[in-house]
Amino acid sequence: MIIRNGRVIDPANKRDDVIDLAMVDGKISERSEIRNQETETIDAKGLIVAPGLIDMHVHLREPGFGHKETIESGARAAAAGGFTTIVCMPNTSPAADNPATIAWIKDRAKETAGVNILPTGAISKNIAGEELALIGSLGRAGVVAITDDGHCVQNHELMRRAVEYARMVGLPVLDHCQDYNLVGNGVVNEGYWSTLLGLPGWPAAGEEAIVMRNILLAELCDHHIHCQHISAAGSVRFIREARARGVKISGEVCPHHIALTDEAIQNFDTNYKMNPPLRAKADVDAILEGIADGTLSILCSDHAPHAGFEKEVEFDQAPFGIVGLETELGLFIDLLVHKHRKIDIKHLIKMYTVEPAKLLNLDAGTLSAGAPADVTLIDPDLDWTVKIDQFQSLSRNSPFDGWKLKGRAVRTIVGGKTVWSL
Amino acid sequence: MSIYWNRKDLLGLRELSAHEINFILETADAFKQVGTREVKKVPALRGKTLINFFVEPSTRTRTSFELAAHRLSADVINISATTSSLTKGETLKDTARNLQALHADILVLRHSSAGAPQFLAERLKSSVINAGDGAHEHPTQGLLDIYTIREKRGKIDNLHVVIIGDILFSRVARSNIFGLTKLGARVTLVGPSTLVPREFEKLGVAVSNQIDKVLPDADVVNLLRIQHERQRKEYFPGIGEYTTLFGLTKERAKLLKPDCLVMHPGPINRGVEIDSEVADGLQSVILDQVTNGLAVRMAVLYLCGGIAT
Amino acid sequence: MDEKKHNSGVPVMDAEAIRRALRRIAHEIIEQNGDLKSVVLAGIPLRGVEVARRLAEFIRQVAKIDIETGTIDVAMHRDDVGTRAELPIVHASKLPLPLEHRTVIIVDDVLFTGRTARAAMDAISSFGRPARIQLAALVDRGHRELPIRADYVGKNLPTATREQIQVRLQNVDKEPDAVWLFKE
Repeated sequence: MIIRNGRVIDPANKRDDVIDLAMVDGKISERSEIRNQETETIDAKGLIVAPGLIDMHVHLREPGFGHKETIESGARAAAAGGFTTIVCMPNTSPAADNPATIAWIKDRAKETAGVNILPTGAISKNIAGEELALIGSLGRAGVVAITDDGHCVQNHELMRRAVEYARMVGLPVLDHCQDYNLVGNGVVNEGYWSTLLGLPGWPAAGEEAIVMRNILLAELCDHHIHCQHISAAGSVRFIREARARGVKISGEVCPHHIALTDEAIQNFDTNYKMNPPLRAKADVDAILEGIADGTLSILCSDHAPHAGFEKEVEFDQAPFGIVGLETELGLFIDLLVHKHRKIDIKHLIKMYTVEPAKLLNLDAGTLSAGAPADVTLIDPDLDWTVKIDQFQSLSRNSPFDGWKLKGRAVRTIVGGKTVWSL
Repeated sequence: MSIYWNRKDLLGLRELSAHEINFILETADAFKQVGTREVKKVPALRGKTLINFFVEPSTRTRTSFELAAHRLSADVINISATTSSLTKGETLKDTARNLQALHADILVLRHSSAGAPQFLAERLKSSVINAGDGAHEHPTQGLLDIYTIREKRGKIDNLHVVIIGDILFSRVARSNIFGLTKLGARVTLVGPSTLVPREFEKLGVAVSNQIDKVLPDADVVNLLRIQHERQRKEYFPGIGEYTTLFGLTKERAKLLKPDCLVMHPGPINRGVEIDSEVADGLQSVILDQVTNGLAVRMAVLYLCGGIAT
Repeated sequence: MDEKKHNSGVPVMDAEAIRRALRRIAHEIIEQNGDLKSVVLAGIPLRGVEVARRLAEFIRQVAKIDIETGTIDVAMHRDDVGTRAELPIVHASKLPLPLEHRTVIIVDDVLFTGRTARAAMDAISSFGRPARIQLAALVDRGHRELPIRADYVGKNLPTATREQIQVRLQNVDKEPDAVWLFKE
């Protein structure tokens, strides 16, 4: 395959040129190796040619919750969102805390998934936060990181030992930062709206406390801890200060934490119920600053599908989370590049390619010669309207139906083959 | 006053205009009169079916709605959480749809989840009346409290209303705050700082922990019931200390202006948030609240239940 | 009822005609009720109350007796709640009690289908059981839907059902007294 006339943005190789990109036998190649017959040609005039995007925070729900999403449907959703690699979380049933479950996931992905699926393993057995999971064996089984996402190890001593152990086997640690005591049964950001509506609050301090815990442990254990779905201004501040001192800490952002504030919950629509919750404008502004100055280095979705009947209940009973694979790129380009002008498209691509690949040690995120031919074509100025009934995902729990966005992936190529195009 | 009512539901006071609140109160005036007739019944809701769906139990509020419905000649059915199929795992949505299939015209809902009445109102053709949803709103209580103040003091605007107790978890407090501020009253919330966080100031009210400084300036004191149950254990150390710091004891009541009203939504914890003698004293209008509750609920059922579908 | 501009209506009674009609009704009430002290003029809000007030004033002038007046709100007794486009406003009712041995004269400005009068009788019965109930109307425009008839009528005005009769009374409407006929 050869992609012509596109603006090739390859942050790993510091490339930003309008040139042709060739792929042979599933790998990026030098142009001179192209034989002209049987070569599929794609005209990418006006488009950006980027390394295949990586979403490192996705819930694929299999095994155990196939009514919400399957590996197959999640992969299709990823492709439709412009992602060639997704990293799936271990809060399945059974939890991905053992090599057998990892093997099952990898097999399933090989059979049914059109994009690269990389599993994570649990930090604690059954994600219960009490005993270490078989971290070493999980590493051998091929997980790219460990996390208890969905949950958070509360016992700092246990977390410390997990981080030390993960360092030994060379696995990064990802953490969903939530102090259960401070948060209690909070369902929305603790602030004006929770006070007005009488809903239990989820204070920002509940996330900031654990971000601080992770900074201390990253220093103590000399190992990287990545803080997932950052939502609070204080978290951004702590991470910024720690990184300035060279601590191995990082943070990621999901689009809803900059697209919406807690004002959105006032009609008790469960499509605005996430964990961590939507917060106030000051938090949104802090996150935007954090992205602009590099404090927060990775973008992702926290794609959390739930069936309609599960979300269509009383607000405090509804499960947390929204789907995100098919809207995240559009939202981020629209908000970060066009609306708030916090970063340029190159920086955005870097946050979806080089950064997650570096964190997780992946052979991905670049267009270097010999790299896997995973490519995403993006039209950064395409105007489109989100239509949830056209989603590839099995689930429809999204607050963005009808949103008009500027910027979208138009073709997703995995291993040199188009797996989705607009 | 001639605005017409066009809402099929009463979910809270926050979304009502001052006009609408006053309209309900004036309608309640008319219905209060019905309670003084020999035959305390009017046919306004004859042939309509009202279902009291109390997922969170309550005897007094349910009885008040039931009586109000009877006086309007509606047919009443009572369903509680234990008798309903919710215990068998049926979702709220399915339970409600079943009720509507029985052609329920009005659904009075009390539920422990904030937003539950709105959830049903959006999905059902029936009128939905919020009888209390979690810590969110209890609009008929707010209305009857305001009605009582207006009845005794002739007006609402510029009165200083002091609400004392567990505000953070109180739907009665919120409905009162929304209604009173909309009608121009000055509201002060008093209680332990853990239960009356400063954040409430953004709702247009004052916040204080100094009950003895606030009481002499009050025109109305509304006491909320305090409980030291599991969910509140971390918020204050115990009933004894609460009473010492915030209870309206006989002594404290001497600080009140002579025409200050003493109110309580009930049921009263005698000796805890209020001393027995104060509860039964001359300034107490607690029993008027109950009578007025009936008139207000009749007005609400009449207005919402009478909308042509 | 929509308020129409007066220049599309025809005045069928002016202030003087109204005054004469009410004075005649007052005389009729005095004639037909031996014991005026047991009579209650119960007006239906809003204009019926004003008509009752004027009748009481005439009776005071002629018979030198202060006749009792009251208010009967019929809105909550109507049989068409839920079928009307707008909800009628309710008012508190007030009648002197007890009603036993009394004659209650329902007073309204316009008698049309008779449903308002029926609702008024329903309302009265929840207060007690008067010895007699009578009906007085300033205007009777015909088209009864129930077996109701007025005992005292100011003016009979045959109308088509499409047409509208509107009464304006100074104290209520802040306009000169008049009865207007609107052809749709």
